[in-house]
Parts: sequence; C-alpha cells; structure tokens
Amino acid sequence: MAASTSSLTVEDVAAALAGQGYLADEGLATSIFLAVVLHRPLLLEGDAGVGKTEVAKVLSAWTGGELLRLQCYEGIDVSQAVYEWDYARQLLHLRAAEAGGASASEDDVYSERFLVRRPLLRAIDHAAPVPPVLLIDEVDRSDDEFEAFLLEFLSEYAVTVPELGTFKAMEPPLVIITSNRTRDVHDALKRRCLYHWVEHPGFEREVAIVRLRAPEAIPRLARQVAGAVEALREMHLYKPPGVAESIDWAASLAALGCSEIDERTMDLTLGTVLKYQEDQQRVRAAGVGDLVRAALRRGGD
Amino acid sequence: MMAGADRIVTGFCVALRAAGLSVPTGSVVSFAEALGWVGLDDENAVYWAGRATLVRRPEDAAVFDRVFASYWRHHPVVASPATPEPLPLTVALDEDGADSGDAPPADGTDGEVIAVRYSAVEVLRRRDLAKLNPAEWAEARRLISTLRVSSEVRPSRRRRASRGHGRGHPDLRGTVRRNLRRGGVPIERAWKVRVMRPRRVVFLLDVSGSMEPYARALARFAHAAVGSRRIGQVEAFAFGTRLTRITKQLARRDPDAALGAAAESVEDWSGGTRIGSVLQEFNDRWGVRGMARGAIVVICSDGWDRGDPEVVGAEMARISRVAHRVVWVNPLKSSPGYAPLARGMAAALPYVDRFVEGHAVESLEQLADVISGREPVS
Repeated sequence: MAASTSSLTVEDVAAALAGQGYLADEGLATSIFLAVVLHRPLLLEGDAGVGKTEVAKVLSAWTGGELLRLQCYEGIDVSQAVYEWDYARQLLHLRAAEAGGASASEDDVYSERFLVRRPLLRAIDHAAPVPPVLLIDEVDRSDDEFEAFLLEFLSEYAVTVPELGTFKAMEPPLVIITSNRTRDVHDALKRRCLYHWVEHPGFEREVAIVRLRAPEAIPRLARQVAGAVEALREMHLYKPPGVAESIDWAASLAALGCSEIDERTMDLTLGTVLKYQEDQQRVRAAGVGDLVRAALRRGGD
Repeated sequence: MMAGADRIVTGFCVALRAAGLSVPTGSVVSFAEALGWVGLDDENAVYWAGRATLVRRPEDAAVFDRVFASYWRHHPVVASPATPEPLPLTVALDEDGADSGDAPPADGTDGEVIAVRYSAVEVLRRRDLAKLNPAEWAEARRLISTLRVSSEVRPSRRRRASRGHGRGHPDLRGTVRRNLRRGGVPIERAWKVRVMRPRRVVFLLDVSGSMEPYARALARFAHAAVGSRRIGQVEAFAFGTRLTRITKQLARRDPDAALGAAAESVEDWSGGTRIGSVLQEFNDRWGVRGMARGAIVVICSDGWDRGDPEVVGAEMARISRVAHRVVWVNPLKSSPGYAPLARGMAAALPYVDRFVEGHAVESLEQLADVISGREPVS
C-alpha cells in the first residue's frame, strides 16, 4: 500500500487490486478508494457470486492488514462476534490456585489471559502496524439486534468488556460489509457506510477475469466460457451463474483438456455453472446446442 | 475543497431530494468529503463518488442517474417523478374513513342498545367481507385492527439464564461467576435455556378482481401484525400480474395512510392474476434467497390463474422447501360445495400446509391462530 493515503488515487486502487488478481470497474474502485481515504465502512450488495467477499480478501493482501472475517447468521451474538471468556481455563486456574494454597482473586480470573477474542474485538485491539481488514459477511442474515450493535461498533470502533474496561481502536480497521439483499439492511447502518451495488461484469471484463483467475484456460476457451455464461444469465434461471462459476467452469474445462466448448463437454460440466437441478433441466430442454452456438459466436470475435 | 464547490454539492443534493431520493445531511457531508478526494474535474469520478455516498439502494440508482445527467449539464431543473395516479381503492378507503359518521346512532339511554350492538358485531364477524356496506366495513376493519397476531416461535442461538435449577444447559460463564468466592469449586451451578424468537411472517396478497375486498382486509390484518410485538419481522407483497413489495408502506402507523400508500405502489389492483410468474419473481428476488427461509408464508388468493399451472406447482414446491409453513387463504373455500377446481389452486395445494378461509372477520381470527401455531386448522 502507498506509504500515505494522501497521494493515493482511484487508479492506484484499481491497479493494486488488479495486481492481486481482482479486476474492479471504475465504480467499485472509486468506492474502495473512498472507503480507504475517508475511513468509512463499505457496504457491498449484489447477487451471490459477483465477487463481494473477494474484495475484502484482495484488500487484505494489498494492504498487508490481517483479514478478519465475521460470518453472520441468524441469532449471532456478542460471544461469537466480539469476545467470550475461556471458562474451562478459568475454572482450572481457580482450582490450581486453591491447590497451591493461595486464593484466586476475581481480577485474576477476569484478565486478558482468559479472554477469547472474536473478530470484532480483534479488529480494534490490534498491535499490527497496518490496520486489519474486517469482513462482515452476509450481514442480511443476522438479526436486528445485531445490526444495532454493529451500528454502535462502527461509529465508535470501541468495545466494552464489563470486567476489563473499554477497548478502542488506535487506527480503525478497513471494514467491508457484504449483503445478498435477502432483506434490507437498516437505513441507519447504511447511512454509516459507503454503498456500492456490485453488478455482473460485462463480457470483456469477464473474459479478463477468467483469464486472470483460470490461466490454465486458453484465451479462446475463456472467451467462449464468458459468452456462454452471458447467454445463461439471460435465461431467467433460479440462480444465474456468477463470476465464481465462470472461473470454476473455465478451470474445469481446462482440466478436462478442452480447448473449445462443444455439446458433449458442456453437458458433462454443466454442474459447475448451474447448481440447481431445475436450472440444468431448463437449459437441457432449451437445447445445449443453442448455448454452444451462442458461446462460439460470442467467443469468436 | 475548492471554493464554491460546497454550493454545487448542496444544490445537487437538493435536486436529488426534489426528485424523491432520501438524502440525509450526513450523506451530503460524506459526498463533499469524497469530492475533496476525487476532485470536480472528472465527471466520472464525481458520479461514482455520488453513487457511493448518496445512493443506498439499487432502485435509487436510476433517479440518481437522471438528476446527475441534468444537473451536471448546468440545468438544475429536475422533473419530479410521475405522480402515481390515485386509485379508486384509495379514494374509497379514505372517503368512508370518517369513523364518527359510521358509529351506530347513539340514542344511548339503556343497556338494550348495547346488547343489540354486541350481537350486530357477532353477525358482522361471520359476514362475507365482500358483501359489507361502507359502515359495516368500517366496523369490520376496526375489529381486524384489534386482532392479536403473534407468530410461531423458533429456537434462537441465544441463551439466557434459567431461573429454575437444572433446567436447560449448563452455563459455564454463570457458574464461574457464582463460585468465585468458593475458589472456583462449582457448588452452585448456573443454567441457561434457549431463547425462543417469533418467526418471520410473509404475506402475499392477490389484489386482482374479485379478491380485492379480501386483500384489503388481509392487508389490514398484516398491518395489525406489523404493530404486534409477539411477531417476527413482517413482510408483505401485493400481486396481480406483477409483484409489488408493500412492507415499507405497511410499517406506517396510520393504517389508512399505509394502505393508501400501498395501493399507490401497487400498479395492478384488479387486473388479472399470473400466480406462477409472480411466485417465481418472489422466489428469485426475495423468498428463496432468505426471506421465506424458516418463515410462515401466507398466500391469499382464489387460485384463478391465467398462466401455466405447472409453473405454480414448481414455484410452490420451491417455497415449501424453504418455508417453515405455507398457509393458503382462499375466501372461496367458505362457499358451500367448494372444491379447489381452479387449476392454479389445484397445482398449489400439494405444497400447502394449511388451507384456510379468509372471507370474514371470524376466519381472520382463525388465521391469527394458525399463524401463532395455537390451533391446528386444516
């Protein structure tokens, strides 16, 4: 990462991400740039498989900050997100102190030795020279109470452990929040964040991504895969394939030794792009041949 | 930041607000800060800085684009979005909204009137909602508003301290706490039990043709549910040929205003019905992606579908695979000799856990019981 953020530009960010194998369009690069220079969390929404989570990973690789991932789910609470006491060790410590003839004091047991740090606490209580990258994944799966807690966390970057006191970040972490939009994230939380809706990439960008991430696929194959995926996204499937599927598909075809898509290989590898049986049926009913022709046409130019 | 830029920024945000976007002051400040970093020379950079700081929903992007295009060409004149035409339904609702006029004449002398009024309520509770006159409807909707709707519970991941000894799971944290002074010998043990949380309820209301009066009643029912504390998140959609999410509108405090707003946002009250494609849209955009997961899904429709019944079956199967329970409310079910002959209805039935009536206030009371899991009605 550049020594100071004051000389950083949007182009630097795009180039740095590309260097880590992530091709961001201008909108995403600008959002990430602003998140870095304004020290604001970035909320990324978009369909599954467009590469939201990946953003945090490449950011961490670029800045050198540790990647701390918090996977959200229904009912997630403080003991899984922030901290917990190591009860077994506390009890052992008390028994050991007793056996040694000393009596353990409360302060002794509630010291940092027995604190189990979860991602949110680790994100603010870090000693590293570079602030960590905190990925709060699929925040739409958590519930309202947790969202309210996050809001507080993201405005203060501080956590209070009743027995120990308050931890406050010297330098706030870089926060990436992702949501699949299964429900709307609360407005207050959105206001706290910068926002970017991640789209499926266009054809040329997708070709570039596939070639970058699945270098074993030859250029012609990469173009055909991007073409076929583009056609599949038009077919109103239950789950249109994302970029992750394109990469997997290209890699699978390359692993099978293909240099071109044909009907047989497409039929055999359809499971790497379409993860619903109904979707596969629909494509097969519509004719795999048509899809192959579309892929060849698009991939040929 | 360069001089005068703040004026441009503020002007732009005012234009956005005029176009109907919600732009809180905090976002304006962020936008100004962001421009300080990307500068004002590059239009693309300004555009994306605005997108990142001022837009918080993908639906708002189109409005933003429109305002951006006109503002940055130094024509800060913004066409306001086409005002939705008031629908007949809204008018009907609001006109008879003067509740005082509908109250029974209070010649209030003795208890007899009260008794009469009480039995009137009893009759009204069983009366078909589609056959009510405005006065009766006003009374019916008052009755619906007072319904107590709660939803079935599910175990949450959270646990809380248990009062009774030996109930639930051992609570290590509490045990350590309680026995500190005894040197950590766990004499007095603490216990935890799982917290139960109400499930989410999703309403899908058919507003086409003959279903309209029932949909209105059900929307009011959903509104009562939103206000209830013993229910999880409530989501509501209206559908005819297309699907419209009306959750936000229903969250308003005033039921009439809420329904009016919901009606405005629904584009096809009293059009035809395409249940299959509507359910598909619901599944693709919301349901299967998470909203219907573990939820109680209440669909209100007569099942008359102009589309392909096979699609209805396939989409109902998808819902039933993720939902906790699927309740189908069909007001026609109450008519004597009813058989689910509508093809859409027949296709949907195998995937329905509870098939209930919903034609009168009384049957809505039953529906409340079904949602809460209190009374198994089939």
